[in-house]
Amino acid sequence: MLELLQFEFMRNALLAGLLASIACGIIGTFVVVNRIVFLSGGIAHAAYGGIGLAFFFGLPYVVGTMGFALLVAVVMATVTLKARHRSDTIIGVLWAVGMALGVILLDLAPGYNVDLMSFLFGSILTVPTVDLWFMLALDSVILFAVGYFYNDFLALSYDEDFAQVRGVRVRLLYFLLLAMVALSVVMLIRIVGLILVIALLTIPPYIAEKYCGSLKIMMSISFILSASFTLVGLYLSYKFNLTSGATIIIVAGACFFISLLVEFLKSKRPFSA
Amino acid sequence: MSDPVIEIKDLWFSFNAIPVLKEVNLRVNRGDFVALLGPNGGGKTTLLKLMLGLLKPDRGSILVFGEPPGETSHRIGYTPQHVHFNQSFPISVLDAVLMGRLRPGRGWSRYTRKDKMAAQKALERVEMWEYRNRRIGELSGGQAQRIFIARALVDEPEALFLDEPTASVDTKHQTDLFDILKELNETVTILVVSHDVGIVSTHVKSVACVNQQVFSHDDSEITKEMLEMAYQCCPVELVAHGLPHRVLQKHEEE
Repeated sequence: MLELLQFEFMRNALLAGLLASIACGIIGTFVVVNRIVFLSGGIAHAAYGGIGLAFFFGLPYVVGTMGFALLVAVVMATVTLKARHRSDTIIGVLWAVGMALGVILLDLAPGYNVDLMSFLFGSILTVPTVDLWFMLALDSVILFAVGYFYNDFLALSYDEDFAQVRGVRVRLLYFLLLAMVALSVVMLIRIVGLILVIALLTIPPYIAEKYCGSLKIMMSISFILSASFTLVGLYLSYKFNLTSGATIIIVAGACFFISLLVEFLKSKRPFSA
Repeated sequence: MSDPVIEIKDLWFSFNAIPVLKEVNLRVNRGDFVALLGPNGGGKTTLLKLMLGLLKPDRGSILVFGEPPGETSHRIGYTPQHVHFNQSFPISVLDAVLMGRLRPGRGWSRYTRKDKMAAQKALERVEMWEYRNRRIGELSGGQAQRIFIARALVDEPEALFLDEPTASVDTKHQTDLFDILKELNETVTILVVSHDVGIVSTHVKSVACVNQQVFSHDDSEITKEMLEMAYQCCPVELVAHGLPHRVLQKHEEE
């Protein structure tokens, strides 16, 4: 495996995987415990509208996509706070409309064609160094915000009413959380792809949750799992000449089903402790 | 002792255009021990949430410690009705109790030694200290309920709002809980939501019946009428169970 590190694109891919895993471990934990997987998927897909906007108006990719994803996140936060019982429908609509808008804007965009596949599965092998700095900056923002508000976020995630009674600004934090989901998703889409973002946001925390006594530990284990899936997936994709993003997902998915199987076998033997 | 903790005047609240509470007036003074009794869907929990600032009334005013609710809610110890709403959540008993020490705008600051000692004291009080490192989701409903009571007590609140605190607790711990509450009541104002008329009657100082409207009774005697309202069925025979037979006057409808 070491000879792989001679190539700059491989070094960048590994670093991108590790940096992505930090964001995925922390934000993914919140996504899973707050049960906003569908909502996060909605933001990620609707962000495609931002890509369309960026190309149509000739804006920088990051500005168009991030701006649009943040807008969608704010709309979804408002909707879910106001009308929880109908929020899944509205998320579904925004999900589809955002994507459709992106596709049409790209149709109309002058002389440029973006490959939908690279949007879905990313292109971790062609990550430029400047994107690594972007990811590092994003990870720092997330680490700072979550570190600063850790106890507040914990209370919000566990028992929102109680958090509010204790004077935690739950609405503000909820907006902040969805904004961080949007930022993470956008930064990671170009690198690991939309499908991989959702997979890495949800699979590691889901496996970790059962074995963790606290949110902090769940975040750490999610990071380790996510980084391992990325490294193993990258290695296998190189070894067998497969699409890297999809291979990483298959590795994560295999571990997900193994963890379900382990859980099932455990529940079959209740007295073995 | 007529310093009001809660003052509600002409409060109306509806949910999806269905009225839940109407023309509610209620005053709870410092040192009171009030039970909110009433049938399911009568608006007890809603009234509690309005007093905590979790819901906003359509009309009318609520003052808690003389201020709008929400501003002062961190001075209230609160237990929600359902304890296993988030069963797979990775949180230890100790961390859940420490949540009761959160303050507005706490930011970076972590829990101090003082916070942890307060958590230990609260957990010992409900006899759950030995479970401090367990995940809450692994506990039984009754055990979890005692953890939530510890969480409500941990910040030495001036008032306690307990929503069905004994719903899944066994008889021994129900009695223990009310003994603790009685002791606390020397300094703390207590409001208990319940549909269990029996438990409440022997411990509280006064009763308010909640069924869209609120009727206060200055003593804790349970009347036939209260039972009828609480269970909303055919007239209830008041026999045995140590319940007093005296019937209070009918609520005066305006």
